Amino acid sequence: MEKKRQKTPQEQRYQQQVKEKMPRSKTLPQCLRAFVVGGLICCIGQAVRAFGENTLALDPDGVAALTAIVMVFLGATLTGLGVYDKIGAWAGAGSVVPITGFANSIVSPAMEFKREGLILGTAAKMFTIAGPVLVYGIGASVVVGLITCLLAG
Amino acid sequence: MQKRLGKQTVVFEAPPRIAAGGTIVGDVEGEGPLGSYFDLVLQDDTWGEESWEKAERKMFEHAVRRALARCAMQPPQIDLLLGGDLLNQIITANFAARELSIPFLGLYGACSTMAESLLLGSMLIDGGYAERVACAATSHFCTAERQYRFPLEMGGQTTPTAQRTVTGAGASLLVAPGYAGNAQFEHIFATGGTIGRVVDLGITDASNMGAAMAPAAADTLAAHLREKECSVTDYDVIVTGDLGRFGSEMFAELCRDKGIDLANRHQDCGNMIFSPAQKVDCGGSGCGCSAVTLNAYLLKRMEQGDFTRMLFMATGALMSPTAGMQGDSIPGIAHAVVLERR
Repeated sequence: MEKKRQKTPQEQRYQQQVKEKMPRSKTLPQCLRAFVVGGLICCIGQAVRAFGENTLALDPDGVAALTAIVMVFLGATLTGLGVYDKIGAWAGAGSVVPITGFANSIVSPAMEFKREGLILGTAAKMFTIAGPVLVYGIGASVVVGLITCLLAG
Repeated sequence: MQKRLGKQTVVFEAPPRIAAGGTIVGDVEGEGPLGSYFDLVLQDDTWGEESWEKAERKMFEHAVRRALARCAMQPPQIDLLLGGDLLNQIITANFAARELSIPFLGLYGACSTMAESLLLGSMLIDGGYAERVACAATSHFCTAERQYRFPLEMGGQTTPTAQRTVTGAGASLLVAPGYAGNAQFEHIFATGGTIGRVVDLGITDASNMGAAMAPAAADTLAAHLREKECSVTDYDVIVTGDLGRFGSEMFAELCRDKGIDLANRHQDCGNMIFSPAQKVDCGGSGCGCSAVTLNAYLLKRMEQGDFTRMLFMATGALMSPTAGMQGDSIPGIAHAVVLERR
């Protein structure tokens, strides 16, 4: 394989200049917003849990399923209504990390590629963003499962 | 007369004239500082079509038709169409050219396309190969986002160096100097230009295209001044395509390193088309950015006599998502056209 090309002094100098002068993200206010919105989404999730436990008297598995279903439904609906991207632009990681963000990452390409047809568009492109999360998420769970199995006998 | 100076610069013996321009933009561009200059501001970014891609090619076609209409011309009276866009296989230009049915040479120069088409069109006219050439370029925010970035409805944040792709189509009609028919502009001539080299200083950040293009802009400007033996002060204004706020800063820096003082004559279309209050981070980008700013605004100001010599230098980031994923950096290019009021 070809070795990685060495940077010329000019390239090094320019990249350094760009790095120094680049406008920076305002990390602190962004973290605060992410905290508030992410926290709010989690509070809604917690409320759904409480509703499942207390009012519907579901068992723990049922409560977990109900919460996931309701939150994914909310994320997907808000994406379809064109609201979630606006929340995301303001909240950043706060709305990306919770499960509602996962729903957004699947529904948004599905909507976007509808014009290329239901099979090669919507279905094929649906997991372009969430795909890697699923592959490595499920992959990691298999590894952890195997280790647990071996150690716990 | 020597038509070629040095390796990159050309001068025209019988400078072609820009007879007219046509522009169509989206609603966000319409709300910007240049809003009142555009021929048509779309309220709906699909313009009644089924997809954004179809809307973009309709914009390309109609921008050309508008420029021709100003000279009371129809597509069959045009010798050649030169143009391009940002989409794969330049589908916008190809499909619009199918509708216009003018002999067509498709161009890809990323966001430098407007300058590239003007430069080539002028060379063809001066060479005697054409009398009337339509030059056009388009970009569309929604088609560019889905091809280069993420789905529109995906919630996330942009980085402060990101730029917003302009939804816009701009076309210019170049005519041989003897032309005496109807025209929007009587005094604007393309007198020469400099063909850019691809310059790459290793910027890999796809949301910092201003920094990726700035070295190409500085390289082309330096070549132009050196080969034409002129200085920045010979121009009233030096316009770059879409360096944006940060790219412009880096461009000035690079020029300083090369011993070129921009003397407050530098303007950037990406900074002109949106106001900072529009929350577009570092400004506008895309082929349409320089195409609509030139045809709607700069040419009108020149015709009025606000400036007599302009160096129009559209800049392109030759970015490819595939090359990017394979670890390549973003090469830049810039072509310059000298426009003079006579």
